[in-house]
Amino acid sequence: MATVRVQHAAFDLGAEAALLAAGRTDVGGLASFVGLCRADDGLAALTLEHYPGMTERAIEAIAAEAEARWPLTGCTIIHRVGRLPPGEPIVLVLTASSHRAAALEACAFLIDWLKTRAPFWKREEFADGRERWVEAKAADDAAASRWDQT
Amino acid sequence: MRILYFAWVRQKVGRAEEEVAPPPEVTTVAALVDWLAAQSPGHADAFANRRTIRCAVNQEFATPDQAVAAGDEIAFFPPVTGG
Repeated sequence: MATVRVQHAAFDLGAEAALLAAGRTDVGGLASFVGLCRADDGLAALTLEHYPGMTERAIEAIAAEAEARWPLTGCTIIHRVGRLPPGEPIVLVLTASSHRAAALEACAFLIDWLKTRAPFWKREEFADGRERWVEAKAADDAAASRWDQT
Repeated sequence: MRILYFAWVRQKVGRAEEEVAPPPEVTTVAALVDWLAAQSPGHADAFANRRTIRCAVNQEFATPDQAVAAGDEIAFFPPVTGG
């Protein structure tokens, strides 16, 4: 069962990774992805909005799909919401498995599907006062579609 | 029927949520969008380009032909951009 949290507060990668290995000896590898707020084109901050209730359910469904496809011993997904200036972490995906391939592949799958299937929306705020909603990218759809099963 | 709006759809409609009672012939997401778009200039603006709007019925992604009924929670929003 995955750990899923949507929160304003920052997360601690080391502490979350330690929790996935704590008290067990069958974990052979941990893989992690941390998404950060990048300062493109004078960006002052991103504000992330979500759909309370549906967002958590959608992430849990994505995590369940990863657990069905790979033999994971654990999985943690933390996504932040609210206003985040450049350099701040936005999202954490952690996977644990007995062997590295499952952990690495499941981690890549989870962030690709999160970007295209979890209800979050980013608004960009620039130093000159302009604001705009980030548009969905075809490249993200393409990255997610490589995990399609026929 | 409880309608929720997110991101720029919320800004264009001018509210985050509303209770509505559409007429009985409104039985699908597509028909609901047509009905909502006629409710105010803000609604019309939000639903002007249907291809840019996504929908969820009772917190599950939905297609335009999906059925809707009284008591449902229906959300409209742009394509997602998290991660």
